[in-house]
Amino acid sequence: MGNVLAFCEYADGQLRTSALANLTASREIAKHHGGEVVILLVGKGAQAASAHAAKFAPKVVVVESDALEHYLAETYAPVVAAQVKATGATVVTATATSVGKDLIPRAAALLDAGQASDISKVESATTFARPILAGNAYSTVAINTPVIAVTVRQSEFEAAGESGMGSVSTADAGSVNALGATFVKLDAQKSDRPDLGDAKVVVAGGRGMKNGENFKVLEELADLLGAAMGASRAATDAGMVPADWQVGQTGKIVAPNLYFAVAISGAIQHLAGMKGSKTIVAINKNKDEPIFQVADYGLVADWEKSVPELIAEIKKLKASR
Amino acid sequence: MKILVPVKRVPDPTQKTKIKDNHIDLTGASWIVNTFDEYAVETALRLIENGADGSKHGEIVVVSIGPDDAAKEIRTTLAMGADRAIHVVANDSEIDSLTVVKILKAIVESEKPDLVIMGKQAVDGDANQVGQMLAGKLGWPQATFAATIELDSANKKLTVGREVDGGVEYKQVPLNSVITVDLRIVAPKSVKNGVTPDSHNYSGEGARLPSLKGIMAAKKKPLEQKKLADFGAEPKPAIEEKSVALPPPRAAGQFVSDVPTLVKKLADEAKAL
Repeated sequence: MGNVLAFCEYADGQLRTSALANLTASREIAKHHGGEVVILLVGKGAQAASAHAAKFAPKVVVVESDALEHYLAETYAPVVAAQVKATGATVVTATATSVGKDLIPRAAALLDAGQASDISKVESATTFARPILAGNAYSTVAINTPVIAVTVRQSEFEAAGESGMGSVSTADAGSVNALGATFVKLDAQKSDRPDLGDAKVVVAGGRGMKNGENFKVLEELADLLGAAMGASRAATDAGMVPADWQVGQTGKIVAPNLYFAVAISGAIQHLAGMKGSKTIVAINKNKDEPIFQVADYGLVADWEKSVPELIAEIKKLKASR
Repeated sequence: MKILVPVKRVPDPTQKTKIKDNHIDLTGASWIVNTFDEYAVETALRLIENGADGSKHGEIVVVSIGPDDAAKEIRTTLAMGADRAIHVVANDSEIDSLTVVKILKAIVESEKPDLVIMGKQAVDGDANQVGQMLAGKLGWPQATFAATIELDSANKKLTVGREVDGGVEYKQVPLNSVITVDLRIVAPKSVKNGVTPDSHNYSGEGARLPSLKGIMAAKKKPLEQKKLADFGAEPKPAIEEKSVALPPPRAAGQFVSDVPTLVKKLADEAKAL
């Protein structure tokens, strides 16, 4: 018997979409543990997100403090560890975002908890499936520690639906000590497009796009489809596009309904990040590239000619509906 | 400056994954230093050296926990330029991340490095947890997924550029912290130590390859062997791999002849448009 403490990220008074995938996994884990899901909201603005969070779990705990304005693993991990104890949780979870991946192992260490990282499936109370070897295999691991830490791969779980109206309580942050670490700044990539992790459609370009300017035609395709932009490591390393567009073992793991890989060769590193996509379209002028081995539809063509044609054809299709 | 770099040897990720008796079949596998850990050695070297004239002002100690024959991969890191190594001999089935963290914590306490620098994850297990756990256990600050590092020696601080969802976060940490490195840490100007001239460019083609001179020198560098028992660690992991399976194969795809056919199939067959 034990509860599941789900650390959830929020923005502007709402849970982030990424948090909803973890709540689906957390509900499954809670069933196996005979307990309930307790959502933990930490930071400045946590209270404002609690009403939204309460729609997704029977209990929400808010730890609001000005001293926790900027996320730091050093200050957040002790709060998570303290709330695991306070809420009678046997499992602590978060989505494997850049915050979840940074925070949960540190909190696990404070709890002597073993961790299953980036899980794709809940098998039982203590066993979880997770991708290893860049997604070339799935390992089922048993975590035999009194408290278990879990991070959840967003693309492997549906977003949780609302479950009623839970209760909200507050807890004290305790003494906040950043151990000398400070947040300096975030150079944010502002975009009106959906988050790469949540997008239903992703348009990604690779080395063959040659320069950043050439990505404009892919962005036009993306905007036509309401898609997020992605890129291979070769394109981000070359500075053609921002680093946070990178899809792969390093970078984002995505599984949209539709993935366009344009002028991407398909290195193992890239395939690890996108081969869970439902439908994969590869456009490349070289028919021997490995990307065609995972593609549902392959078009051997130059992007210079085929992408503008693709935009025109999709516009025609949309107009005919 | 003294830097401790934990490294793991991993099966070469370019090999085809084979399964035998519900586990990864590593018979005849070739092994490499985990790529991210190799980048950590490169990062540590860039922090203690003058990249322009090759002079060094610090010490790098490599630690690895693995079977007997992992000594070969440890020598590779010595050949790159690390000064000495500690090899804790254990079979992979005897250890898990909790054991690794326990051993690394004990080594940090006896070696007293200024920094621990390691890869953000091993490319076999992809767990991405040891650095954060070690920092938590030590009560040290952490800067994970480092893409850039700027060292301010006078004030004993590092400013780390971290690739996070939605941009790059800059975080400042004092010495006595744990840094885990990401791919772009090996870009030509990712590491600034206040000694290497700003005009200096590293190759940017990943970690440096050991030179012949480095390989010869590595043979004489100290490599100390330890056992799990030296750290009070039991060969009974709390994290147990039950089984491993290959992912279901994707249905075979098809080549399409032109763009109109592609759009038609995406709309009618895949129902994706």
